[in-house]
Order: sequence, then C-alpha cells, then structure tokens
Amino acid sequence: MSEERHNKALEFHSELDPLYSPPKTRFGFLAATNHSVIGIRFMATAIGFFLIGGILAMLIRAQLAGPNTQFLDPGQYSQVFTMHGTVMMFLFAIPLIEGFALYMLPKLLGARDLAFPRLSAFGYWCYLSGGLILLAALLFGVAPDSGWFMYTPLSSKPYSPGINADVWLLGVTVVEVSAACAAIEFMATVLKVRTGGMALSKMPILAWYLWATSAMMLVGFPPLILGSIMLEVERAFGLPFFDPDKGGDPLLWQHLFWLFGHPEVYIIFLPGAGIVSTILPVFARRPLVGYNWIVAALIAQAFISFGLWVHHMFTTGIPDLSLAFFSAASLLVVVPTAIQIFSWLTTLLKGRPDLSLPMLWIYGFFFIFVTGGLTGVMVAIVPFDWQVHDTHFVVAHLHYVLVGGFVFPVLAGIYHWMPLFTGRRSDKGLGVLAFWLVFIGFNLTFFIMHLTGLLGMPRRVYTYAEGLGWELPNLVSSIGGFMSAVGFGLVLIDVLVQWRFAPFVHRNPWKAGTLEWGMATPIPSYNFASLAHVESRDPLHDDPDLPACLAAGEGYLAGHRGDYRDTLGVDGVTGEPEQIILLPPPSYLPLLTALPLVGVALCFLFSFYVGSVILAVVVLFMALRWLWETGLREDPAPIEAGFGRTLLPHPAVEQAPGWWGMIFTLVFDATFFASLLFGYIFLWTIAPNWPPPRFLEPAPILALLTLASLGLGGFAASRAVAANRQERESSRSSWLLLAAASGVAATFGLLAVPIWLAPPPTEHAYSAAVLMLSAYGAFHTGLSTVGSLFVLARCRRGFVSPLRSLDVRNASLFWSYSAVSGAIIVAVIHLMPLVGAA
Amino acid sequence: MNGMARQRDAGADTDIPGFVEFCHDLPTHRGRMSCPAKSFAGAIAATLLLGACSGELSTLDPAGPAASRIATLWWVMLGGAFVILLGVMGTAIYALRSAAKERNFSTRKVLIGWGLAFPIATLLALMAVSFLPGELLPRSPEENAIRAQAHQWFWTFDYPGGERTIDVLHVPAGEEFAIAITSEDVIHSFWIPRLGGKIDAVPGKVNHIRLKADRPGRYLATCAEYCGIGHAHMRFEALAHRPEDYAAALTAATDRAAARAPVLEQRDAPAALVIEEWGDYLLDWLGIT
Repeated sequence: MSEERHNKALEFHSELDPLYSPPKTRFGFLAATNHSVIGIRFMATAIGFFLIGGILAMLIRAQLAGPNTQFLDPGQYSQVFTMHGTVMMFLFAIPLIEGFALYMLPKLLGARDLAFPRLSAFGYWCYLSGGLILLAALLFGVAPDSGWFMYTPLSSKPYSPGINADVWLLGVTVVEVSAACAAIEFMATVLKVRTGGMALSKMPILAWYLWATSAMMLVGFPPLILGSIMLEVERAFGLPFFDPDKGGDPLLWQHLFWLFGHPEVYIIFLPGAGIVSTILPVFARRPLVGYNWIVAALIAQAFISFGLWVHHMFTTGIPDLSLAFFSAASLLVVVPTAIQIFSWLTTLLKGRPDLSLPMLWIYGFFFIFVTGGLTGVMVAIVPFDWQVHDTHFVVAHLHYVLVGGFVFPVLAGIYHWMPLFTGRRSDKGLGVLAFWLVFIGFNLTFFIMHLTGLLGMPRRVYTYAEGLGWELPNLVSSIGGFMSAVGFGLVLIDVLVQWRFAPFVHRNPWKAGTLEWGMATPIPSYNFASLAHVESRDPLHDDPDLPACLAAGEGYLAGHRGDYRDTLGVDGVTGEPEQIILLPPPSYLPLLTALPLVGVALCFLFSFYVGSVILAVVVLFMALRWLWETGLREDPAPIEAGFGRTLLPHPAVEQAPGWWGMIFTLVFDATFFASLLFGYIFLWTIAPNWPPPRFLEPAPILALLTLASLGLGGFAASRAVAANRQERESSRSSWLLLAAASGVAATFGLLAVPIWLAPPPTEHAYSAAVLMLSAYGAFHTGLSTVGSLFVLARCRRGFVSPLRSLDVRNASLFWSYSAVSGAIIVAVIHLMPLVGAA
Repeated sequence: MNGMARQRDAGADTDIPGFVEFCHDLPTHRGRMSCPAKSFAGAIAATLLLGACSGELSTLDPAGPAASRIATLWWVMLGGAFVILLGVMGTAIYALRSAAKERNFSTRKVLIGWGLAFPIATLLALMAVSFLPGELLPRSPEENAIRAQAHQWFWTFDYPGGERTIDVLHVPAGEEFAIAITSEDVIHSFWIPRLGGKIDAVPGKVNHIRLKADRPGRYLATCAEYCGIGHAHMRFEALAHRPEDYAAALTAATDRAAARAPVLEQRDAPAALVIEEWGDYLLDWLGIT
C-alpha cells in the first residue's frame, strides 16, 4: 500500500469509526444498532444458551447412564428434557443463525449495515428477554415440562395446571418476535442492500443460503406463533381449540407445530450447508462447482420442506393416502440435498483440498450429516417409522442431522472467520484434539442410540428397568456424551486462547475471494470506508488490491456525507446502484419498545390481563414514536455516490427498503392468516363433536355494512396515494380521514359478531374460532385506522410529498391487506353457518 | 424401582391355561434367530449381533408378520445406507489423499447422475417396497375389535364378549386380531414392538390396528408418546394364547381383573432436594414467598 493511500485510509477510519460505533456514554451500549455489535451479542448469547442446553443434556445422560437411577425424579426429568430441546432449538440454533446472518450479511454483500438496524437491536432485546423468562422458570423449578413440542392435551390446563406450559408459550413467542423481525430484515437486505454491480448471479453463495433461510423463517414461524396464541388463550380463557369434548382437536396443535417444526429443521440446516459451500471451496482452492445447481437445489429444498410436516405424525392414525403423499415428499427432499453433497464432493475432487482445522470440522460434518440423512430416509418409510417413531432411534437421527448439519459447520465457520473477529491467526493445536473428542464422543453417544431405539426404548423415559438390553448402549451413550462435553469445553478454551494470544495476521489469511475478507481485521465498525463495485463472485480473486482501494476511499460512497450513516441500495436483480440508504443513528427506542412488549407477556403469564392491555398500548405508542423518526421533512437533492453516479436518498425512491419491509411483513401476516383459516377448516371438517350446538345468528345487514366499510377504507387509502402524487394536499387529508373513519366502522362491524351474535367462545371450538377470526380482522382494521391518522399527522408535519411518498403508500398497502383479509373473514364467519345449517 | 413400579402381577397370569407351555418358548426364539453360520468366528459374531438384537421390546426380534417385514426392511436399508456412507466418505478422503491430481471430468454429468438419477432411482425402489400390499396395515374399523383405552398411566381392554382386563391384553396366537384404540385423557401410544408398529391413542379419535402373533407367548408393550410423569412405567403385556385356549384364558383373566386403578408413587431423589433447596433460597433472597 502506497504511503498516500495509507494516510487516506487512516483519515477515513478516524472519521467513520466514531460515527458507526455505539455512543460512548455510560449506557450507550443499550442504544447500539450496528450490525456487528448486535450480531456478536446474538451469537454470544446463543452460545451461552448452548452451554446451558449442554448441561441439561449431561443431566439427561447422567440419569440414563444406568437402569433405575435415582438422580432426577420424573417431574424434574421432564423439565430437563423439555428445556434441553427448547433451549437448543429456540434459544441456541435459531438465534445463532440470526446473529450469524446479522454479522455476516452486510459484510458478504459489501454493505455497511442491514436494511433496518434498529429492528436488529429490537430483535435482540426480545430474544434476550424471552430467553431469560425461560431460564428463570428453570431456576425456580417451574420450567415447561410437556416436551419441546408441547403436545396437547398434555400441555392443556387440565393436565398441566401450573404455569410451566404458559412459560413456554409466552417465552418462546417473545423469542419468535425476534425471528420474525430478523426474517423480514434479511429478506429486504439481500434484495436491496448490496454493493454496486452485485447482481443476483454474482452474490456469494452464503447470501443465497441465508436468503432462502429467511424466506423459510418468514413463512415457517407464523403457524407456531398462531398455535402458541391459541393454546395460551385456551389455557387462560378456556377457548377450546384443542379440547375434543368441545369440538377442538389435539391433532390441530400437531399440524400447526410441525407446519413450523419441519421447515425449522431446514432453517437450521441451510445456514450450515451455506457455511460448507463457502468454506469448502476456500480450502479446496477451487471455486465451488455447480453454483447454479446449488441455488436451484436450495430453493427447491425450501419449497419442499413445507410439504413434509405430516411425517412427524405418521402414527397419529391419518389416512393411507396422506401417508403415501408425505412419505414421497419426505423422500423427494433428499434430491436437493444429494445435489449439494455431490457438488461439494466434486469441488473436493477437482481442487487441491487441504485438511486445515475448519476443513476437519467439514469432514466431520460429512460423516455425521450423511449418516443422519440416511436414517432420515429410513424414518420417511412409513412402516419403519411406525416401529421407531418416538424411540431413541429418532433421538439419534435428529441429533445426527442437527449436530451434523448445524453445529459442525458452525464450528468450521468459527475457526474460519475467527481472524475477522480477532485479527489473529487461527491455528491447529488444541483445536484438533477438541475436534476428535467431540467427533468420537458424539458418535459414541448417538451411533449406538439407534440400536437403543430399535431395542424398544421410547423417548422421554426418565428411567428404565434392567433386562431389556438397554443397559450397555445407554452407558456407552453417557460416556460418549461426557466425552463430547469435554471436547466442546476444549473448543471454548481454544477459541478464548486464540482470541487473546494468537499471533496477528494480515487480512485474508485463507486467500478467500468474498468481500468479507476485504476489510481490515479486526473489522472496523463501518465495515468498508468505501463500497466495492463487483463484477464476479470472488472480487478479491479478481483484484487482490481491492481491500486497500476500498480503505482509501476508491469506491462508492467514500467516507461520509453528513452526520449520518449510509450505505448503497441496488436494483434487486441487476445490482445496479439505485439509491443511498440513510441508516438511523444509535437509538434507545428498540429497547424501550421491547421492554413493554416483554411486559405484555409477563403480565399475561401472571394472569394480570389489564396490565397486558395497558402495556400493549404502550408498545403501540413506542412503535409510532419510532416510525416518526424515519423519513425526511424536505425533498432531498441527488447526492454524489462515486464512479460518476448521483443517487437519491431512499426516502425519495419508489423501491425504498421500507416498502419491501412492508411487503415481507404482509407475507408473514398472510401466512399467519392462512394458518388461522386452515385451523378453522380443519376443526370444522376433521375434529370430533361437530357441528356445534348452535351457530351465529344470521346478520346479513351487519355483514354487508362491514364489507362496505372495509372496501371504502381500502379505496380511500389508495385515493390518498393518488392525491399525494397529484399534489392535492387537502384531498389527501380528506381521503386519509375517510380511511380512518371506515376503519372504525369496520372494526366495530367485526367485533360486533363475537360480542353480540356468536355463542360464548368457551362453549365450542366453533365460537372460539369465530372470536379468533374476528379479533384478527379487528386488529388489522384498528391498526389501519391508527396508521391512517398517523400518516395524516406525518403529512401535516411535512414528512410526505409527491417525491417522498413511502408513508402513504405503505399505509395504503396495509389497508388493502386489512380490507382483503377482513372481507374473507366476513365471508367465512357469516356464510359458513349457512353451509353448516344446510 | 419397586417404589414406582405399578401393580402388575404377571406371576398371577402363569396359571392361565397354556401359559406354562409357551413360557418354554421364550428362550427358543433367540435360538431360532441364530443363522446357520459355517465358520466358528462367524457363528460367534452372529450370536453376538443377534444376541444384542433380542429383548422383550426389541423390534429386531420380531414375533409377528408386521414386525418381521419391518425388521427385514431395516436390515436391507442398513446395508444400503452403509454402502452409501462408505462411498461418500471414501470419495471425500480420496480427494484429500490425491489432492495434487488434475481432474477434468464433467460436473454436469456427476450432478445429473449422482445428484438426480441415483437418489431418485433408489428412493423410488424403496418407496415401492414400503408400500407393497400388506406393508400398510389395514386400519379400517372392525366390528369385533378389542377396544383399548389409554389412561394416565394404564390401559383398559374391552373385549367383544364384554370382558375387561387392565394392562394385560389377551389375544389368540396365529390369527390376526383388531384393536380399536383411543385415550381418555392425553395422547399415548399403543406399541407391541415384537408384533408390529405403533399407533397413537388420541382423545376424541379412534385408531385401528391389526396385528398377529405367530406363536403363543408373552409380548411386552410400552407407551411411546410422552404422556406425563408416569410415562416411563406405562407398560402392558399382550398374552397370545393358543386359539383353543383363548376363550377360557379370557374368562379367567376377567374374573381376576379387579378394577384397581394403578397408583403412582412420588419419590424424592437427592438431586430433586438440592434443586428445590436452591430454588427456595433464591426465592427467599428475592423476597418472594
């Protein structure tokens, strides 16, 4: 690096670093929104929970080491295995993925931050609080105890009278809020927040994987959140969704849970596979072969994974035709996996692979994951599943898949990317010993556990008698378990030691080609002093000097343009620079919004429902306060962006990230709604004890009036957009007011049904479902009303102009959604009784 | 163990007609499985392997046609899986060993052949085998089915003739029998591993299964779906009688079966006390009582 460049780089660093770091005040860390900071918080917290989950696993292995052990009693044992599953799934795996994506995505995409930095921070606070709720319950001995998939009716009030189940439902739901936020944010980020020239076909393969993962999270989590809400209101208020005596069905819970639960497995596996696809070519010293094949495969995998959920329910007595369909779909998902595995093998064969430490973990991944995949094929075969379902065979299978498909690649990733965190070289040594301990320990534990299951040992038994042939395999499993625990301990020590004491290293020690290695190490808070223009998937291979150029400001958006953070926004497909995304400054709002939200859950947990309602209003207020800070109050001028381009800031652009954020939010919302409709129709057609004793009183006039106000509201909101475009300010205000008024009327029309017309919701699942649907519709029309008034206020304050139209467009989009979903609800509620009565 | 063990006096059942005879059958089923290996070492290995596979709840020690077919399917799949795993790992390690070699085969051909054609062909074959007629058990409702009802944590069995037994299921050997299964409280699972696959007992729903025990004997069953703290001890046994003895055995058993609801004894384990103490301490410290 020439002297001049070096000085320039230093200059940029001293200007940018304070701008992108959290405030240096005493509590400034609470206001942090920077993606590296939040990403590391997520990952560190997730690893903390991994250790807790690991300790719980050791308690399980201690208990099962021999027959008739009296270490834990059945009640405690049930809390331990439930929490082991819950912690590992919800508090370790998913948050670790979120943290990893938060940390890596902008770096891979050559950007300075994600699309919605404050949302990242909000998600973190939700995750941390939800996790602490569950953890506190464990310490107080009231942890969930019905198994991590919480099957009803065992988790229903009569069979789980304590707050244990409520802790799960509320705690996990709070954690899922963070998953939902992350999914929306990642979807918008990969689509819009990339560096110049990065067309979809030039994206690093890991970004594709993380994008597919986010899409699955976006549509995978709503069924779980819906199921949790339904079960919680059944437990709290007696709405009998899962009670067969009153027209509910315990199997509805299983459907909703596995609609989430199976995609969840792929949500966990895809990032692991993405890490393999990224690291393996680096150590094979050859670009990944079959990039297009892999992209196609992982999109296929994401789709197919939503058609498999019933394979968790092969023994519930469903019709043979469904069995055959879901068995075939479960086998079909093997194909995209096979394509990935053979792409990796081909890359290895055509390259010059080197067994460094990250590669060692990837070879471990191969062995364990392929084994798990093969046993997965076995359990997809229906008759075989009838034998091994709910036995230790399945326990072994799922650990092979999840530990093999996720933990091993993650460890490879830790060793691979550690120089980024630490700026130091990551070495073999202790790490190799740790690998072999984990690898051998893991296989000792779980390989023989297949046999334990075939010998008939069911899951979740706290002890077993002698003489069934289970003693020896269990003892071996326990020994292996402690061995891998020691191995994981050594990994932790190794990482800490290398973080503090390993020798410093130049950037890009592995000679990788992707942009995350184009930063100084340890990485600076702003990532890049200027943003690259890329022309291939491996820009650092094209131009090894690129990092120095970027640091010296020879790219897009060098330095800063004012007292604000910014990054480049591009056309989603071509990667052409399109806008300058203004990033928000550090803010306490994410924390101050998350706290009352957690309060809502806590009040609910202790049956203080008035408190929940009050705090929900506070959450709404904080959210509006937050939104108030977005946007600009004057039309901006185009800004010089480098390489001779001038671009507008995002508030003045059609396809601002916020527009896509709204679209993805509505995709999430629509999946939630579809799950709700599925539940209603499932109960109506499949559940026992239907039809209900009585239906809704027919009210055609109310139905028509509700429909009319829904239509009027949606129409008025869209007219407000048109008026804004035509610079007719007073007409814009009138349309917004009309939209708000229609919203009030529609809300009233929707709420009138459960309040005055329907039988009491505790009487039958039918009336409970009517209440749930009406509440969903009223929530949306209510929010549309608030939104219309909020945008009206924003207009008055000058946040909206023909150029800066995002507020009105988003309000109108949301109104349209409310109107359409509301109309479906009105039709379902008012028409289906006619069908039922006929 | 006895602290939690439920009242189940299998001993009392030994006076059922025919039971003594088939008790002698019990050891022989292991002998039946030892294959006629020629070499001494092979015989030892086979004995060890099959010895490890036997057990009262072992799916690999089948005693009925459904379980037999599944056990065969397992050994076939195990063999196939082993070959595939060996192939993948062998290739990966070979790539490492011969890293310096230049290779220019067609990626496209590999992905079409191994990524698409190979799994599709294998899986279609597997699919076909698994859905061969007879693999899927007929699960339609049946007039003279035995009605099995699960409770936390025991089973009641009601027979077409009005008899009722608790935690002991009497069936005829050598012929198919039908069971209609439901639950009174939470979800349980009906599973006699040596006879065939399991099916859940779901409240509000009746599931059907048909099974067959090849020979008279005692076949242990265990609940597979987690159903609360008594789950580990929720067992029953199926007694298969010679058809000519079945009616008499059923009558005798019904007379004996007093409608005693099994009692679950709670027991404090040392670790329980420690955790509880810590919990109390923490609560005190926080001022919550």
